[in-house]
Amino acid sequence: MNIHEYQGKQILRDYGVAVSNGIVAFSPEEAVRAAKQLTTDVIVVKAQIHAGGRGKAGGVKIAKTLDEVRAYAKELLGEILVTEQTGPEGKEVKRLLIEEGSNIEKEYYIGYVLDPTSERVVLMGSEEGGVDIEAVAAETPEKIFKEVIDPVVGLTGFQARRIAFNINIPKHLVNKAVNFMLGLYKVFIEKDASTVEINPLVVTAEEDILALDAKFNFDESALYRHKDIVELRDYDEEDPKEIEASKYDLSYIALDGNIGCMVNGAGLAMATMDTIHYYGGTPANFLDVGGGATAEKVTEAFKIILSDEAVKGIFVNIFGGIMKCDVIAEGVITAAKEVGLEVPLVVRLEGTNVRKGKALLNESGLDIIAADSMADGAQKIVERVG
Amino acid sequence: MSIYINKETKVLVQGITGATALFHTKEMLEYGTKIVAGVTPGRGGETAEGVPVFNTVVDAVEETGASVSVIYVPAPFAADAIMEAVDAELDMVICITEHIPILDMVKVKRYMEGKKTRLVGPNCPGVITADECKIGIMPGYIHTKGHVGVVSRSGTLTYEATHQLSKAGIGQTTAVGIGGDPVNGTSFIDVLKEFNEDPETYAVVMIGEIGGTAEEEAAEWITEHMTKPVVGFIGGQTAPEGKRMGHAGAIISGGKGSAADKIKALNAAGVETAETPSVIGETFIKVVKEKGLYEKVKTH
Repeated sequence: MNIHEYQGKQILRDYGVAVSNGIVAFSPEEAVRAAKQLTTDVIVVKAQIHAGGRGKAGGVKIAKTLDEVRAYAKELLGEILVTEQTGPEGKEVKRLLIEEGSNIEKEYYIGYVLDPTSERVVLMGSEEGGVDIEAVAAETPEKIFKEVIDPVVGLTGFQARRIAFNINIPKHLVNKAVNFMLGLYKVFIEKDASTVEINPLVVTAEEDILALDAKFNFDESALYRHKDIVELRDYDEEDPKEIEASKYDLSYIALDGNIGCMVNGAGLAMATMDTIHYYGGTPANFLDVGGGATAEKVTEAFKIILSDEAVKGIFVNIFGGIMKCDVIAEGVITAAKEVGLEVPLVVRLEGTNVRKGKALLNESGLDIIAADSMADGAQKIVERVG
Repeated sequence: MSIYINKETKVLVQGITGATALFHTKEMLEYGTKIVAGVTPGRGGETAEGVPVFNTVVDAVEETGASVSVIYVPAPFAADAIMEAVDAELDMVICITEHIPILDMVKVKRYMEGKKTRLVGPNCPGVITADECKIGIMPGYIHTKGHVGVVSRSGTLTYEATHQLSKAGIGQTTAVGIGGDPVNGTSFIDVLKEFNEDPETYAVVMIGEIGGTAEEEAAEWITEHMTKPVVGFIGGQTAPEGKRMGHAGAIISGGKGSAADKIKALNAAGVETAETPSVIGETFIKVVKEKGLYEKVKTH
């Protein structure tokens, strides 16, 4: 789960990690009011969307007067911002961060990420801040320094110092940088983040070290123990079908095609998408109903698929293990009867309780096209959708 | 022969009194798995599906001699359950539970360092040695006894591949689902090593998916060590970048972890990959025929 920059910075502030002063604004009036409360001559107006590359796309403005703050706020709010991470459709700006300007001497990069190879959290630092860090990693990997963190001990002082020296933080500011990194590690662990990136971390003319940007990603599996983080979810930033799906613990991702898919298991769901493509169709979604789905969850999943107007046909591909075929069948039947089924439905059932499931579908009176394998099902739905 | 488990394996079910665990305990017993104990804290002294329930893993092991446990405990308590099994020095722990917080698993892996227990999973379908011992949630009827090892990051794709093999008359030794999480217990390489050394296994089917570098690492190991043919499949060939495809580990990010890269690495290691999941069986048969192994792996 992602949050906005201003929300991330508030979390950092709560943990005593240095960030510039700033206030969120939803209208030009709020933006001006916010700017009045700030103390610097220069005010930064920053578009808040869940995507990077905002600066380059014109989403960050420098204002020198309150009139400029108002003008930039008017310009940005409601604008569709297209950055390298939003895709061509872009994202509408609905919130702004009004922030104090900083006298930047130098920009750095600091990030924490879970590294699957070491199976540990890794601290990364670079002197190349403020730019695309993935490009730095690809072109000049020697400019990225890493420290693997022992989960029992946590980030040690010497590791943070080593990063600070390696990325050439001015000597007299190393302790400030170390405190920054230790604080940020605490946030990462206590909030169950999966990545935190500070890009850039800046050294200012006033010899402060602070986060100019903050990008957080949280582990969805740990959200149950972080109600405060869940409250930060911005529903405007997500596909409404994905939000609906998350209410029922369904793993749903909207795609561009017209064949709705309902599958159990992430691997099989991906393979089903691949197979539909192979036969010349395009999937409208990725949907893994998961292991412990009830008939009610399956019904909701089916409704979500049908709520997508692009969907011209549905392929249900189930290989029951923990998921029972009869539960899937019940859910499909209930949903089809409640919502009314106007598109072709191909169902392939195999695995746990397969006989019970097939019997339920046969007796339902629904117009269901049975498939006896994944390939057979994919071909049948592609033929019918055309 | 087989790997990891066989008909003598004494199994313990952690979280046995939950609805899912009860259902699968029954299924496993029907398959012939020797389930000797269950654990649910506070329910010691009861029985579940005829199996004695204990309060702690240590109690269960002392009383019954169980050597392998399977975990159906809900995600918030699953990491603790794994550590309890490791502390009781079981040979192997198979964790079915999905959605365990990643930082919990980081701690679990640290806790396991220097200890004897092997962890399979989490977020996996389990391990099955055909006709002998089924531990997990896979449907038993699709497995037949034979000479092919199956290893996979995805549960349902394991079923898909195994089903195709069985339908084509090709039995299996053991099928191992290693799970789709980025921090897990057993890797492709761990399982490939076992299959390589198992005299009854003549060839292997390996199923990967997008995200991470586990398949690339396995490809390197295969190049250097594997003496038996391996046939592969990678799921997620058409997955868009930046979207997490259900499994916590399945995401293409920063151009890394794509299916194309993994297929390339496997092919370079001499692993033929099936173009679609529906032809894993066909591709396997083609390869074993080329290697002159078809008659040996054809069991029925």
